Formats: sequence, structure tokens, C-alpha cells
Amino acid sequence: MLAAAERKRLQDKARAIREEIVKVTYACGGSHIGGAMSQTDVLVALYYKYMRIDPARPDWEDRDRFVLSKGHGGVGHAVVLADKGYFERKLLDDFNKTGSPFGMHLDRLKVRGVDASTGSLGHGFGISIGMAMGARLTGRQFRVYCVVGDGECHEGSVWESAMAAGHFKPTNLTVFVDRNRFCLDGPTEEVMPLDPLDGKFESFGWRVLSIDGHDFDAICGAIETAHAETARPVVVIANTVKGKGVDFMENQTAWHYGGLDDRMKARALESIARS
Amino acid sequence: MSTATPTAGKPAKKAAKATGLTWTIADADHMTQAEIYGEVLTQAALKDGRVVALTADLAKSTKIGKFEQKVPERFFNFGIAEANMFAVASGMAETGLIPVVSTFAVFASLRAAEFVRTDVCYQKRNVKIIGTHSGTSFGQAGTTHHCTEDIAVMRCLANMTVIAPADARATAKAVEAMLAHDGPVYIRIGRGFEPPCYKDMDFEFTIGKSNLLRDGTDITVIAAGIPVLQAVEAADRVKPDGVSVRVIDMHTIKPIDEEAIVRAVQDTRRLITVEDHTVVGGLGTAVADVIAKSGKGCAFRKLGYQDEYSIVGYPEDLQHRYGIDADGIVSAIGEVLKQDFEQDEDWEDE
Repeated sequence: MLAAAERKRLQDKARAIREEIVKVTYACGGSHIGGAMSQTDVLVALYYKYMRIDPARPDWEDRDRFVLSKGHGGVGHAVVLADKGYFERKLLDDFNKTGSPFGMHLDRLKVRGVDASTGSLGHGFGISIGMAMGARLTGRQFRVYCVVGDGECHEGSVWESAMAAGHFKPTNLTVFVDRNRFCLDGPTEEVMPLDPLDGKFESFGWRVLSIDGHDFDAICGAIETAHAETARPVVVIANTVKGKGVDFMENQTAWHYGGLDDRMKARALESIARS
Repeated sequence: MSTATPTAGKPAKKAAKATGLTWTIADADHMTQAEIYGEVLTQAALKDGRVVALTADLAKSTKIGKFEQKVPERFFNFGIAEANMFAVASGMAETGLIPVVSTFAVFASLRAAEFVRTDVCYQKRNVKIIGTHSGTSFGQAGTTHHCTEDIAVMRCLANMTVIAPADARATAKAVEAMLAHDGPVYIRIGRGFEPPCYKDMDFEFTIGKSNLLRDGTDITVIAAGIPVLQAVEAADRVKPDGVSVRVIDMHTIKPIDEEAIVRAVQDTRRLITVEDHTVVGGLGTAVADVIAKSGKGCAFRKLGYQDEYSIVGYPEDLQHRYGIDADGIVSAIGEVLKQDFEQDEDWEDE
């Protein structure tokens, strides 16, 4: 159990990040806002409580690595990185604009703090395994965190990665599946069923923790359980709500990607403030 | 362009000990391209803890198994799953390692193409790729295992260096150059039964600098990979008829040695390219790009697979059928020597 003040600190930060996602989405004309909202609490727990990072030294060799395998959540990741001080917030005013370092899917060579360029699904998971194996081979103690989308788990390469990690057992890697139950065309269980997702990972040799991905006690508990695991890689299935925090977006296929007008922006911010 | 003396004909009978900059190879005459790269990589890994090897259930076929025996803690077999293997290599490179990924050329360049592009090239990761069984060197395995498209695919990826060594000795040097180079590199080799082209290790191998194997004034044959030896044999065969053929080993297809190509256009005005690859997008296309950019007229022919799928057969039979062996090159030399082309008025030699 988190102390009440700690829980509130993380909840307040998550609310602030969601507000920023709304503001950037409003300014840039559109983003993958639904999935950016669903992943936010996991990112907040990692970036504001657990990851050993130094925004002043984005290339620090011993830093923990973070790979957003569901690269379309990039708008949410960029907002977190700006808030952590990797770059100035005002740079996000040009998000998606021609020549901006920031597009929907973040480029590690253009955006400070990004450890892997993702966007094409089914890549980041394997990259995070390589980083975790690399840490072990080079004798470094850093940890690797990876967030995979649930729709992303349709990709065959995800299961190649799951199989490889089950074999090589990088226990310094923690993978989260942002299980918001939607992909672009609709509910995952209608487009291409994934359940039982926990059973799939278990059969590939993983320790599976299934949690409420918006409950900081559960998220933090899962991360600490993963840190203590020494035999198997750990996957945390974070059961989330697509569009979390904005009442008119929650569980709506239409809000996989979208833009906001003045009225929608105001309503979204009000909804987040109440959440 | 550096010069070297190739052997045209049978491999030397006596085993020779070849010494490179950082490694020593015994019996270089009798080791195949694949065995040589496995040996050189293993030697490199024993000296440099950053070198790791990855394969996809082809350790035996790609001859990287030696690495597994000598450096087991840095050898990783991913099973028959290439896509994830390249993603993992990208992540390993992030930690300062030098991952060397070895699999059949067809799987590296086609099945895993998007992973090579997005995880390795786009992110400028220091990953090395060795594609074995390229071209039709795995002839009897059939078209699914031939790879006549890899140069084209790898060449169009920004940040990628593409190398096709002519024989085992060139492969040894290529692997060494690859490890010293910072950035993605693709080396394509054959199955490993190809005769030697270079008679000893006394030749330069610099990425982006071609090797002049025969000088000549009537026509230039530019080859890469296994056909280089065939080009040398063709040149030697037409010499008694008074035809002076320049032969260039264009081992690096990207970045290509533009200077050597432009000089060949200027000096010989007739060019043939030879590759164990489709004529669409490979060596021939790379050379044609340079010729077009030069603005100079010349007679030009690309030998390779003419936009078709290769048939099943022994590699040497296929090389003959598709006109990339010495016989085919000799015929092409005869035809291109007769070919008309529009000569430039303003060249100093005219």
C-alpha cells in the first residue's frame, strides 16, 4: 500500500500529464489520444517513482531504459519527457508540424530522453529485450521497462519476442501490456481476439501479473514484485480504459486518434479535473 | 581504387597461412567464405568483448558455430524467428555491444527487412549483418532459398553499407573492415564452395574503394561477389584476341566507388556489370546511376537475373544459364564491343 500522500502525488501528476496531452492534441490538430490516456498511469509510476534517470544526461550509460513499443502513445511520452526536463515544454507547440522533432511516433535521434524510435508495432518489445540482455553482458545494473499495446500483440513478432525472453530470461526487464481492449478498428476481442492474454504469456515462460492499470497501489506493487523476481521475465497486464480520464473518450473506438476543437478541449480538461 | 593480382583458375594446391591485422587464419586456401567469416568473427570476439553473435537456427549452415564453441556466453540462437532477432540486436547495440547477425541473405533482406530498416538503419544502430547463401549459391534449394534481391533492398536503406566480397580472403578483410566501421553494415556471401579469386592476402580492402584486378582499355567489367573471378577469367580468355579488358572488383556497392566508374567510362567507353543478383536495383543499377550522373555516353550492359525467378540447379549451372559466368561475360564483351552509342563531343580523348 502506498502512503496516502504518495498516492496523491502520483495521481496529481497523472492528472497533469493527461491535461498536457489534451493541450498538445488541441494545438497539433490530432493525436493518438485514447491510447496515450490509457498508458499514462504506468508511465507516471515509472518516470516519477522508479526509473533511475538523469534528464541532464540522456546518454548516461547506467540509466534505466524505457521503450514505448506502442509508439503511437508518443504524445503521452513526449509530455512526460518535457515535464521531466529533457527539453523545453514550448517545443511541443510544434508537435506534428513540418520540421518539428516531434511527430506521432518519437524518434530517438531527435527527441532527448527517447531510448528507441518506435511506431511500427512489434519492434520495441524485441529492442527492450536486447537492451536488457546487453545490460547483463556489459555488467551494468540498469533496468529496462517496456510498454506494449494490447492491439500490438496481434503482431507475430511480439510472440517471437515473448518466446525469446522466455528462453533468455532477462529478469532486469519488465514489460507492461496496456490492455485497453481496443485497437484502431474496434474492440480487440472483435477484431482479433487476444484472450486469454495472461495464459499466452504464461505458456511462453513469463511470470504474469494482472492488475488495474489505473490503480497506483497495484502498479507500484507490480513493479516491486517484478524487481524482486529472479527466475523469469515479468509481464504486467495493466487493464486500462482507452481514453481514461475524459468522459466522452472512454472506451470509444473513435478516440483511437482524434483532434479537439475549443469546446471539446474545455470539456476534456473539465473531465480530467474531476477524475 | 587499389590494385591487386587475382588468381584466375584453380585454387593453390598448398595451404597458405594468411595473416590479417588482428587475426590469423590457417589454411586460407581451403576455407570457404562462410568458414572464414566464422573464424574471423570468433578471433575478433576473443579480443573484443563487445562482439556478440546472433543467429536464427542457422549456426551450422552459416558456419557461425565456431563462435558458439569458443565464445558461448556471447552467442545467441533465436530459433527460426528473424524479425525479433534484429530488434534484439538493435537493443544490444544501444548498450555498446557490436551485434553481428548471421542468417541466410533471403531472410535478412526480405523477411526481416522492416526490422533492419526501422530498428537498425533508421536508428543508426551499430549492427552488422552477414547474409549467407546469397544469389543462387544455394542453387538446389530452389527459389525460396535463392536471394537475388538483397543488394537492392539493403542498398536503398539510408545509413547502410553494402559489401559483396569476391572470395574467402576478401570476406576475411570485409569482416575486419565491417567491425572497424561505425554503423550498420551488410555483407553478402555465397554458400561457401566458391573458388578463390585473390591468390594471397596481399591486397587492400577499403570500404568504398574498388580493386583493379586487370587494367584494360577496350572495355570494363565491373563485378561484385562471386562473379568477380568469372570476370577475371573472361578477361584472360579474350586477351589473346587482342581485347583489352579492365576488371574492377566493386566489393562495396554502397557507398560505391564513383571515381573508378567515371574513369572507366572515360577510358574504355564500354562497360558491363556482373552480379549474382537481379539487374533491378543492384550493382548494375548503382553503376548506371553514376554513369547517368556523369553525363557521359557509353555502351552499357547489366548481367544478372533479368527480372525473373531463378530456376533450381547447381550454382555453376545456374551461373552459366543466366550468363554471369566467364562464358556469359565473354559473349557480352563481344556484343558490347559492337554496340553503337552516342559519343560526347567534348571529351578530351575525342
